[in-house]
Amino acid sequence: MSAVDDQQRRTGLFQRPSSTAGIKGWLTTTDHKRIGIMYFVAAMIFFMAAGIEALLLRLQLATPEAQVLDSDVYSQMFTMHGVTMIFFAVMPLSAAFFNYLLPLLIGARDVAFPRLNALSLWVFVSGGIFLYSAVFFGGYPDTSWVNYAPIQEVGADPAGYTLEGGVQSNRMLFYSLSIQIAGIASLASAVNFITTTLNMRAPGMTFMRMPVFAWMTLVVSFLMLFAMPIIGVALWQLMFDAGYGGNFFRPGAGGEPILWQHLFWLFGHPEVYILILPAFGIVSEILPTFSRKPLFGYAAVVFSGVAIGFLGFGVWAHHMFTSGLGPVANAAFGLTTMFIAVPTGIKIFNWLGTIWFGSLRYRVPMLFSIGLVAMFTIGGLSGVTHAIVPHNAQQHETYYVVAHFHYVLFGGSVFGLFAGTYYWFPKVFGRMYNERLGQAHFWIQLIGFNLAFGPQHILGLEGMPRRYYTYPPGMGWDLWNLVSTIGGFLIALAVLLFVINLVWSARKGPEAPSDPWDARTVEWLTSSPPPQHNWDVVPTISARDELWHRKYTDEEIPRPVPAGASSDHEQGEADSEHIHLPDPSWWPLVLAIGLPVASWGVVMDSWPVIGGGIALMLFAGVAWGNEPVTEPEPDDVAEPVEP
Amino acid sequence: MATETAHAPQTNFNVSNEKMGMWAFLGSELLFFGAFITVYLVYVPRTADGPGPEVFDIPFTSVSTFILLMSSLAMVLALAGMQDGDLRRFRTWTLATALMGLVFLGGQLYEFTLFVQQDGLGLTTSAFSTSFYVLTSFHKVHVAVGVLMLGTLWFMSFTGRIRADGQGTNAVENVGLYWHFVDIIWIIIFTVVYLIPVDLVT
Ligand SMILES: [Cu+2]
Repeated sequence: MSAVDDQQRRTGLFQRPSSTAGIKGWLTTTDHKRIGIMYFVAAMIFFMAAGIEALLLRLQLATPEAQVLDSDVYSQMFTMHGVTMIFFAVMPLSAAFFNYLLPLLIGARDVAFPRLNALSLWVFVSGGIFLYSAVFFGGYPDTSWVNYAPIQEVGADPAGYTLEGGVQSNRMLFYSLSIQIAGIASLASAVNFITTTLNMRAPGMTFMRMPVFAWMTLVVSFLMLFAMPIIGVALWQLMFDAGYGGNFFRPGAGGEPILWQHLFWLFGHPEVYILILPAFGIVSEILPTFSRKPLFGYAAVVFSGVAIGFLGFGVWAHHMFTSGLGPVANAAFGLTTMFIAVPTGIKIFNWLGTIWFGSLRYRVPMLFSIGLVAMFTIGGLSGVTHAIVPHNAQQHETYYVVAHFHYVLFGGSVFGLFAGTYYWFPKVFGRMYNERLGQAHFWIQLIGFNLAFGPQHILGLEGMPRRYYTYPPGMGWDLWNLVSTIGGFLIALAVLLFVINLVWSARKGPEAPSDPWDARTVEWLTSSPPPQHNWDVVPTISARDELWHRKYTDEEIPRPVPAGASSDHEQGEADSEHIHLPDPSWWPLVLAIGLPVASWGVVMDSWPVIGGGIALMLFAGVAWGNEPVTEPEPDDVAEPVEP
Repeated sequence: MATETAHAPQTNFNVSNEKMGMWAFLGSELLFFGAFITVYLVYVPRTADGPGPEVFDIPFTSVSTFILLMSSLAMVLALAGMQDGDLRRFRTWTLATALMGLVFLGGQLYEFTLFVQQDGLGLTTSAFSTSFYVLTSFHKVHVAVGVLMLGTLWFMSFTGRIRADGQGTNAVENVGLYWHFVDIIWIIIFTVVYLIPVDLVT
């Protein structure tokens, strides 16, 4: 064996790091659990940055003709709020859950491609850093997260701000390239999670025994796999238009502005399901646990999730009803949009069926899950009103739309992700969060959220347009705007309590047992926190709620039997020494650094910098391919080479 | 020491993770090129009074297309050599594949310079020219990445990562998959961009 080891070390171009201790251990880690934690921390930092941007917007809008932000800064702030929240906060927060939980939920030791997983993390982080570096190059993107090209060439701002062409195209390039980088991270994750789910399930873990969260991970991964290349194409086109004089969206040279809208929304609608389905998966785990009942209609929940995935690609033009597609297209897309409400409604009723007559325990994860069901239903109903074309034309570009998507994205995704954070916190850190603080967080957030976004329905119906930096007094908008701002600050207070709770409890919280919730799925079988190899012996799955079946026999009055009494634990061949674990590596980090370097080169219009970034990526890629393994691969061992 | 078979990666679908990941990635690439090709088809007539598709030199591009097609054959032979445990054959055909890829790239770049210098068709000329250059350039980038991967495979056969005992077959198969995919994409681009008459599109 040592001969093979030497052979491997010799054949590699570079020595491979082997220590997992200290900061170096985190930077080079390929452990899906550490990557998940880093995903979470980085995404929360971006979440708070985007939250501060939102507070600035609300301060500016609290009173008519306020002077907190001028038109230019206001535009940058709402653009950054949207881009950050969607691509650098909510998507990576979901990715944090995928990373940490997917292997545990399906009984695997790690993901299929551990180094690719690390690459996803570092690429996402470098994309976020790149986006925020825009402040050194003439300001942040300022044309909203939908960025209808060729808006960069519209000309003088009515408010009197005319930017030099170079500054404006720089902002456009930061929009294009940072989302492009985030997209690369999502694509790598998608490939990784699809392969992991399809290929690495524990013995007995059939598809119809997979936890719903694992199912939703699979569906979301396919959505990312097919939606990210479409936005990728649109962003490349934008880059060529803004940076190199291309004509994709320039009407003067034959380009079509509407092309951007089609490509953007062909990605954009699947994207909303990329944002919401992970939260749906999370509450589908939490509601049964805290109702002490199996999920009502498992198959219906799973297949409605798959149906949402398919239908999600066929509704994009409901964002474009006012762009003149014609009555036939409008009617068709109005209909498909109403259809897609059906599988979503199925899920809502299944969740209600799950908690119906359950013995409910109102712990924090349960509260947030019920919060999601209620708030998302409101957002879903206002969504159905968008499917009605004349109604849609009336609401278009008003605060009614803003209210709608915050009810689905904040009331849905964020409530679900927070629920999941509390639910799996004891598993991740081996400690309990503070229940009382968590309950306070929930109620403040629920009230603040409804104060912030409920009144925006009214503002929108009263005709207040979105994206305007101020409004005159006497429009009847003053009161509701003030209420909305107060709600926004309540949300900020709630999130502050959340962060305090997490940071404090991770260090000082009371120790948690391996299964504090009397849960149903196998991630609670292993210790809290799980060992690096997840399981001493990979569990064999014989039922849908495997852990529940292990704990309680199927007798009429459930009788607890000790966890871990299954055959695989009796064998007791816990021999972690010979479990093949992924080795740490520097190359994902190095490769990821190349991306923003090349992108800065594009912004500075400097070919040497672009070349330097690409060279760094190529170098890291080759080194990646030739990296030695510290433990021999199985097929090396099959036929050791004599030195 | 535990039995070595216990380490053997067993997958639910009996397909190696690497291959399944590659298939997933290629599915994504299909949409990437699909979107660019669709945009090109919409923009063919948008020449903004500049040169249009009549500047294409079909015989010349047919030759470079043929060379790229033959490189797929060479890739098959390289894999066959690998599977027979004949490292020499593997190296020869891997290099041949990479070389044909380079010749194709050279031909394409030469053609670009002709378009720019003789016909005055630049990136910024029209919506047609922008979509043509960007589509074909992204394909070229894919070919270039493939050449790099082939070079890496060739190099790995000297460092012991690819061995006659079959070690590394998986990597060769995966690069082969990628290479065939890039070839197929070019067949589609060649058909759509060069062969289909413009009046049919417009
Ligand atoms: Cu939509």
